[in-house]
Amino acid sequence: MNNEHLLLSKVTIDFPTANGPFRALDDVNLSIKEGEFVSLIGHSGCGKSTVLNIVAGLHRATSGGVLLDGREVNEPGPERAVVFQNHSLLPWLTAYENVELAVKQVFGNTKSKAEMGEWIRHNLELVHMEHAMDKRPSEISGGMKQRVGIARALAMEPKVLLMDEPFGALDALTRAHMQDSLMEIQNELCNTVIMITHDVDEAVLLSDRIVMMTNGPAATIGEILEIELERPRERLSLANDKQYNHYRAEVLKFLHERHGRVAA
Amino acid sequence: MSTQLMTMFENVRFGMIDNMVKKFRGKSIRGTLHGMAKGALLPLLAFGVFLMLWSSVAAQIKTSLGQVPGPVQVWEQGVTLYNEHNQERVKEQAFIERQVKRNEAKLAKNPDAKVKIRPYTGKPTYLDQIWTSIVTVATGFLIASVIAIPIGIICGLSSTIYTAINPLIQIFKPVSPLAWLPIVTMIVSAVYISDDPLFSKSYLNSAITVTLCCLWPTIINTTVGVSSMDSDLVNVSRVLRLGWATKVFKIVLPSSIPMMFAGLRVSLGIGWMVLIAAEMLAQNPGLGKFVWDEFQNGSSDSLARIMVAVFTIGLIGFLLDWMMLQLQRFVSWDKAATVR
Repeated sequence: MNNEHLLLSKVTIDFPTANGPFRALDDVNLSIKEGEFVSLIGHSGCGKSTVLNIVAGLHRATSGGVLLDGREVNEPGPERAVVFQNHSLLPWLTAYENVELAVKQVFGNTKSKAEMGEWIRHNLELVHMEHAMDKRPSEISGGMKQRVGIARALAMEPKVLLMDEPFGALDALTRAHMQDSLMEIQNELCNTVIMITHDVDEAVLLSDRIVMMTNGPAATIGEILEIELERPRERLSLANDKQYNHYRAEVLKFLHERHGRVAA
Repeated sequence: MSTQLMTMFENVRFGMIDNMVKKFRGKSIRGTLHGMAKGALLPLLAFGVFLMLWSSVAAQIKTSLGQVPGPVQVWEQGVTLYNEHNQERVKEQAFIERQVKRNEAKLAKNPDAKVKIRPYTGKPTYLDQIWTSIVTVATGFLIASVIAIPIGIICGLSSTIYTAINPLIQIFKPVSPLAWLPIVTMIVSAVYISDDPLFSKSYLNSAITVTLCCLWPTIINTTVGVSSMDSDLVNVSRVLRLGWATKVFKIVLPSSIPMMFAGLRVSLGIGWMVLIAAEMLAQNPGLGKFVWDEFQNGSSDSLARIMVAVFTIGLIGFLLDWMMLQLQRFVSWDKAATVR
């Protein structure tokens, strides 16, 4: 394993406003190993998404920077695939065509047509969407859309998978189901993942490490919690697990005792 | 007037669709009858009231060309115009047959004889004029669309270019076709010089004037459609590092189609109104010239014939918009958003 697969070093970002620059992030330092699943948790407005967007290359840090395998990140690219909060599938393409757009872009020169078709189908099977390949986003449920969104990201074979509150817009049952699917996929592929979440249970259940962020402005990393629960993890048996509940309590304490929202 | 007619026809159309849906679903007979009453009877009733008002008001007004025509006279003139068209066609057929016979006879005498084929030179009929107008407006509209859609896309994608040319768009947008026409006429006469012209100058003048007035709504709506594209979709294309062409054809165009068509429909509506005025002045042998000639002619039938043209213009305008709607339904992925 590479110990410095992804490195965020002194990342600071200022957004220009009418009253001068607004410092959203201040001195964020984080090192992520290959195959690690890291969650970013914090109150809304604390800059979690900004961190993710900087890693994705959609925003550029004002100072500091991001290194992926020793190379500086300065523009978006498919090796840092993003799963967006509201699926952001192209509504005029079917599930298959949505994944195809990504696959053609990434593997257009290296894979044959048949191989690409095989690869698209494989990724849709991975998220259990093979039955709805020819449906458009408007014809499938929110959870299914997000599955296709994940398939599209996985199909790019990214070095880092970035997920921006991927299950935030789903109902609780669907969300639990999606989390189980994600764990299953993660067991198989061992991707490096950064996931943003609001949900404490989701963070503890899925992550190897939880990065807790302080409130903005000038938000930064408050604490990092290592989750040493054995995999594969089982939601039901963990519900009464002492250690699971301890981790859960730790995150809740951070969020509500030490860094509670001053004003909503 | 034209908007009112449009709304009326739209009500009739959607009313009918409504009824059909209800019938297929097997709704109660009373409900269906009620729907039919609303969908078809009400517009018919309103049309009846309109005809009555029209004939009673028309009877009160006398002009130098005689009585203002009521619905009956207008209907009669409509029939007359159609008959004149048929007679003209018979004449044309006879002319062609005579010519063919004459030529055959000539060739029978001397196989090497030079045979002349002359086109029929009768005056254009009302239906010919309608067709000329449709072809002219289609030409102007197509040229405008081919220019406006790319400009709109570029303006939507680049705020720099939009800021640069927005003042020009805003200044040219409100200019009346009557102001463009003299300029277009002079430029066409200066530039389009040919011994064997493919198009008549009046046709070019009218079509180009239509183009100049059709450009703006399409440019503006396409710009808005492109620039209001979902930012997530923009991010998807950035993450995928899509090339410019792929981005435009796979993401930008499909997502801006509804707005683009809104612009195209406004443009075509404007183009059709502009065309009538342009044809009057440019003497393009279409509906505009027909109205002008009848006005100049000043016979006792003229006003009724002009009224026939008024209804024709309204009906064709409505049909053009309907065709655009069908085209949008065919092209757009979003089938629900098009029924407006």
